[in-house]
Amino acid sequence: MNMSMARVRSIFTATLLGLTVAGCGYNTIPTYEEQAKAKWADVQNNYQRRADLIPNLVSTVQGYAKQEKDVLTSVIEARAKATQVRVDVSQLTDPDKVKQFQDAQNQLSGALGRLIAVSENYPELKSNQNFLALQSQLEGTENRIAVARRDYIEAVRAYNTELRTFPGVLWASTFFRSNKPMAEFTASENADKPPQVKF
Amino acid sequence: MAIVFAALLCTIATALSLNLPSLSGRVVDQANIVQPSTRNAIEQKLADLETKSGIQLVVATVPSLEGQEIEPYANELFRNWKLGEKTKNNGVLLLVAPNERRVRIEAGYGLEGTLTDALSKVIIANAMTPRFKAGDFGDGISHGVDDIITVLTTDASEWQQRPSLRLDNQQTADPISWILIAALIALITLLVVSPGFRWFFLNVVLNILISSGRSTSSGGFSGGGGFSGGGGSSGGGGASGSW
Repeated sequence: MNMSMARVRSIFTATLLGLTVAGCGYNTIPTYEEQAKAKWADVQNNYQRRADLIPNLVSTVQGYAKQEKDVLTSVIEARAKATQVRVDVSQLTDPDKVKQFQDAQNQLSGALGRLIAVSENYPELKSNQNFLALQSQLEGTENRIAVARRDYIEAVRAYNTELRTFPGVLWASTFFRSNKPMAEFTASENADKPPQVKF
Repeated sequence: MAIVFAALLCTIATALSLNLPSLSGRVVDQANIVQPSTRNAIEQKLADLETKSGIQLVVATVPSLEGQEIEPYANELFRNWKLGEKTKNNGVLLLVAPNERRVRIEAGYGLEGTLTDALSKVIIANAMTPRFKAGDFGDGISHGVDDIITVLTTDASEWQQRPSLRLDNQQTADPISWILIAALIALITLLVVSPGFRWFFLNVVLNILISSGRSTSSGGFSGGGGFSGGGGSSGGGGASGSW
């Protein structure tokens, strides 16, 4: 009888300890980390979605504005460069890598902005149904990128704050020593505002 | 130094939070631009849509975007109202800001494939902005709502999938529910075997559970006559326009 009571007590203690550990925020760091990673995946997917729209857009513009060769080539080149830079979730703690990704995408944003600006000069292109549809998709994608970026920045802020504040800092300095703060996006020109693709 | 920084963070956080209208019904006409009769007709259509397909479409008009662009404003409002069911994210927000002359259709994650950006743009350009230009907001919104409903309800493939999806959801048991059952059995065993645990459970755990249960509000649809969002979210899908 005594033996079984002791066993029940030890099971009870273990359960209680587990609950206390969870209650004190042991799970918070991994949870925030996974959330930030998922948000990063969204960011990357939305940039990829933009990249996927570009070949179609370029060929449509080409049909009406062949002479804008420089602008078209710069978009194609910037797209090629931007699709090469991918940041794996394990590389999110590397600010250089994230900056590299951001720079490549910003370059593509700039080239796209110029392409849209020169399209202004071609009334036939502007009334082309395919072009109009592509333009609204591009607009929507830029907006999704803005939302995904904002969500990612918020998730990283929550995670980084958890690593540095009480009680998270206790877990960070004991069980989660390998967890490093993640890199946020640095505010660049028009980072919060999608590039204007209006007509 | 740290205190100053924290105080700064607090002010930034409050500065960013918008003064959003509350979800008082399916048509939240803060800008007061829709006639009561038109408004009732639209509300009826929106209610029908939800009973038929589960899709929550809400119309909002605001007197001011508070200096924001319409895209982030609409996204924040959508997420604040949690339109659509939580698992399906099937909400749509039609936002009109008459003073900024801007309109936006914001589609929840689950409807991005049906109510695409391009279709949203076409609806705004054809059904809404010409009427807004003439100053007839009620008519423009009414036509926009009709077109959105048409797009949402004529996607045959999605309609055929729906019943089977619902069935699957009910049949497959969640692994979490098994864990809960196991935990419950363990709890009952402990309660029967150990008097010490019984005392601890009855006096401490239950008290905590009861007091925390009071403070958490249940999300989702309320049983009464009120109207609320179902927990859905959006990631910026849709289109905007101006006139």
